[in-house]
Amino acid sequence: MEQDNQLPLWEVFIQKNNGLPFKHEGSIHASDAAMALQNARDIYTRRGEGRTIWVVPSSAIAATTVEDEAEFFDPSDDKIYRHPTFYVMPEGAKQI
Amino acid sequence: METQQALYQYAVRLGDNSLIMAQRLAEWCSNGPILEEDLALTNAALDYLGEAENYYNYALSLEPDGRTADDLAYLRNERQYYNCLLAEQPNGDYAQTMVKLALFSAYLKLLYDALSQSTDTNLSALASKSLKEVKYHFRHSSEWMIRFGHGTEESKSRAQQAIYELWRFTSDMFETTAADATLKGIVPDPASIQSEWNSVINDLLSRCGLKKPEDPYQVKGGYQAKHTEHLGHILCELQFLQRAYPGAKW
Repeated sequence: MEQDNQLPLWEVFIQKNNGLPFKHEGSIHASDAAMALQNARDIYTRRGEGRTIWVVPSSAIAATTVEDEAEFFDPSDDKIYRHPTFYVMPEGAKQI
Repeated sequence: METQQALYQYAVRLGDNSLIMAQRLAEWCSNGPILEEDLALTNAALDYLGEAENYYNYALSLEPDGRTADDLAYLRNERQYYNCLLAEQPNGDYAQTMVKLALFSAYLKLLYDALSQSTDTNLSALASKSLKEVKYHFRHSSEWMIRFGHGTEESKSRAQQAIYELWRFTSDMFETTAADATLKGIVPDPASIQSEWNSVINDLLSRCGLKKPEDPYQVKGGYQAKHTEHLGHILCELQFLQRAYPGAKW
């Protein structure tokens, strides 16, 4: 692959409203944090999508790989008792 | 001059400043140095286009004669546009575009801030709406200037060259016209905006490590519809469709 000559890559997270979780929207290039926020604003919030933006250098994100999949995730496949489906929930607790 | 007529001229001038800046910035569409900047500048271009439409519609509401904002944008000739000379200057390289946008948006930021207090409620409402947009344009372009100034030797020399190139068109933005004089008390005094602008720009230049040219020469005439050679070429592109196919719609 050709060397990326753009600028450092940043991951963009946007919060739509107060109290909601930040959602990953995509990535942008920028020279530094201040410019990354502006570029994220220009690319991901043009249609009123958000109230707050986080940007994180992509290099600061540690991620699992495909090779990790078996060890990390398969063991949880057959442990249905970990799902809280065996409890009777009080009627008032709708959000759980 | 009657107040009504002065307000019409003033609103058309605000519209022309925004329209010509919009057209210039739109030239970067698909030509930006990186995708992010391409979008940033076309966003700004659309902000200015929207402002132009608002000011034209306000002007036309003062002298309703059946014309529309489109007629004002597309069917006037060069000597009927009242935009400042800075707006029509070529984009040049990216440093020049950013310097131009910073000088221009710093002016509009101060002007709209003052206009938002105007006793003319329509002007104050339109200015308050535009103010948020031009504040962002100034933030984005001035941040780029700071990075050019403290970037490489080449980025600094390009930004400095842009200031040398554009500085002579800056006083033109603050010229007092008959309309300004008639609207005294309704619109801000251009001289007071200019002195605020000078301090904003001095501060920015010192943060960038850039300087003004020593030559005090200034070209003026935009608000009298006396333009540089560039406006005609902008209008060729801007007006081509409406001139070639009058009334065309899509």
